[in-house]
Amino acid sequence: MQPSRESQSTEAVLELHVDNHAGTMSHICGLFARRAFSLEGILCLPVGDGSTSRMWLQVREYDRLPQVVLQLEKLEEVLSVRRLPESDTTFRALATRHLDPEDHTAADDST
Amino acid sequence: MNNHNENRAPKQTLTGAELIVRLLERQGTRIVAGIPGGAALPLYDALGKSASIRHVLARHEQGAGFIAQGMARVSGQPQVCIATSGPGATNILTAVADAKLDSIPLVCITAQVPLALIGTDAFQEVDTYGLSIPITKRNYLVRSAAELLRVIPEAFRLAASGRPGPVLIDIPKCVQNEAIEVGEWPAPGRRAPVPLPATEDIERAAAMIDAAAQPILYIGGGTIASGAGAAIRTFADRNGIPVVSTLMGLGAMDADHPLFLGMLGMHGARYTNEALDACDLLIAVGVRFDDRATGKVAAFCPHAKVIHIDIDPSEHGKIKHAHLPLTGDVAAVLDAVVPRTRARPRAGWRAEIARLRATCPLEMPGGDDARAPYGLIRAVARAVGPDAIVATDVGQHQMWAAQAYPFSRPRQWLTSGGLGTMGFGLPAAIGAALAAPERPVILFTGDGSILMNIQELATAVEQGVSVKIILMNNQSLGLVHQQQRMFYAGQLFGADLSVAPDFSALARAFGLHAWDLGDCADPEAAEQMLTTALAAPGSVLIHCPVDYAEHVLPMVPPGAANVDAIDHTASTTVASTKETRHAALA
Repeated sequence: MQPSRESQSTEAVLELHVDNHAGTMSHICGLFARRAFSLEGILCLPVGDGSTSRMWLQVREYDRLPQVVLQLEKLEEVLSVRRLPESDTTFRALATRHLDPEDHTAADDST
Repeated sequence: MNNHNENRAPKQTLTGAELIVRLLERQGTRIVAGIPGGAALPLYDALGKSASIRHVLARHEQGAGFIAQGMARVSGQPQVCIATSGPGATNILTAVADAKLDSIPLVCITAQVPLALIGTDAFQEVDTYGLSIPITKRNYLVRSAAELLRVIPEAFRLAASGRPGPVLIDIPKCVQNEAIEVGEWPAPGRRAPVPLPATEDIERAAAMIDAAAQPILYIGGGTIASGAGAAIRTFADRNGIPVVSTLMGLGAMDADHPLFLGMLGMHGARYTNEALDACDLLIAVGVRFDDRATGKVAAFCPHAKVIHIDIDPSEHGKIKHAHLPLTGDVAAVLDAVVPRTRARPRAGWRAEIARLRATCPLEMPGGDDARAPYGLIRAVARAVGPDAIVATDVGQHQMWAAQAYPFSRPRQWLTSGGLGTMGFGLPAAIGAALAAPERPVILFTGDGSILMNIQELATAVEQGVSVKIILMNNQSLGLVHQQQRMFYAGQLFGADLSVAPDFSALARAFGLHAWDLGDCADPEAAEQMLTTALAAPGSVLIHCPVDYAEHVLPMVPPGAANVDAIDHTASTTVASTKETRHAALA
């Protein structure tokens, strides 16, 4: 998943605000699986008191992106969906950090 | 109803099970269908003490699900079905999935093993929450009795709001037993209001309609859910617009209305699909462009601009690009759009439709003989009149009924459209009879379908409902048989049901009266027998032998364009060519 010209035009990062209950992740992953949408990466962190979470999805669905967003918005646990600008580095920064052998935090993670 | 005093009550201590029953009563629930089991015992104990809720004991949980669906399809209100944990839950899920595909408001309550046992592979434990994710609008695993006060009204609200659908509530036995103090009751969950689209979009729609020379209204189940029957008729009459319907939209428009072109798609009349091919504006209302309706999408209404009105925005552009998507309740949107259009007769377009209707009509061979499929359906309709509710199972009998029955009002027609569930018909018809005891209820079924939920004959007799079962028996899985003949070089495999029970004797064994049209030597005797049987009290079964070589025609080969249908003249020559078979596999 090298950042390239091509991936910049076909990949999008969606930022979701979701209810944080035990089944939320299943609902979102299940939606991508049953509608055959491509899901390349997921990040999820609780927000504030933990009653909601923020989720970032790396999605390789250029043509069907509006449909992906509409289907996500239909899930009861999804509070909002926003497409991040192409300049967003959320996933790229993580990927390069973990690929860099000089990076000591990455090495720590594996111990 | 929702004022504060009504919701406040002296503090009382109730168990979770009692809370569930009280909350259902507050929703106005009068009938629930279900089957108890170990994990559901506290709930059943509380249900047995309810003065206002009648419990209908089904004989299989799938039957309970479809009885509730039958009530929901007739009333338009969310209805309740109940199953115990494990096999009870897995059995009822088919009815839940069916409700999802047809957008039917359903609240399914499943019992679960106690919280402390979840994840231990306990007796009758299954992950009902996980299993129900893709087939519900929303699902819950309730972890405390207090949560029920929020979850149950919310389930009813979600089932009825927006695009209706099923909601599942999984309730562990310990939550049913947990006692809590209740001082204030939540307001019952009701359908939430839906905003209208922006005025400029409504005006654009009106302008597109006025600019079109050859528009067609393409209506579906959404028009039934929204109660848009009257709005559709007004629109069609005022603007001279012909109307085609999906399987799910039948009844929204009178079948004999001069502007009604019947069902489109795979088993639509040739003129109906030809008219769509010629239209320049498709006004799609409460439809989802299902593949059985559109055929090959690239060839569906190739010259038309599309206005797509639907309450679910994710349907816009899912299958076909909409030049103007409008999100909202379809009846309200039509009420806003139609007065902004110019009333006109469109005589030229109607003349072209009349020409198509005359040159490629829907052929109904045997239409005047009650011993042949089309004739039987027409004769039943004549005998029971326009007040009847018509349920079907799934297969050839369903398509023949869709083509030939003279529907005249919304919610008259109950059929499993999206999921196409054989076994739907008998319990759905029982549900219809429970919800509308004043109406005659007819079930068209087949020998394959009825065996999939035959046990509900006991429920029908026990509940004292009157369901007239028309069993069309061709000793095969007819639609499979037909496709094997047409597209698989005539190799018939796995579709033969010639070793069959004596259905009349089977019906009598359950306590129904039965008649056999096979005993009738001529059409007059058959019609006479039908009239007698349909007028008899209680539930009856009328056995109708059907030739296994009868096909549902026209038929668009799966994957082909709707205009390339096989009809009566072509069915013998075109069948089983290599090209057709390839189209079927595409």
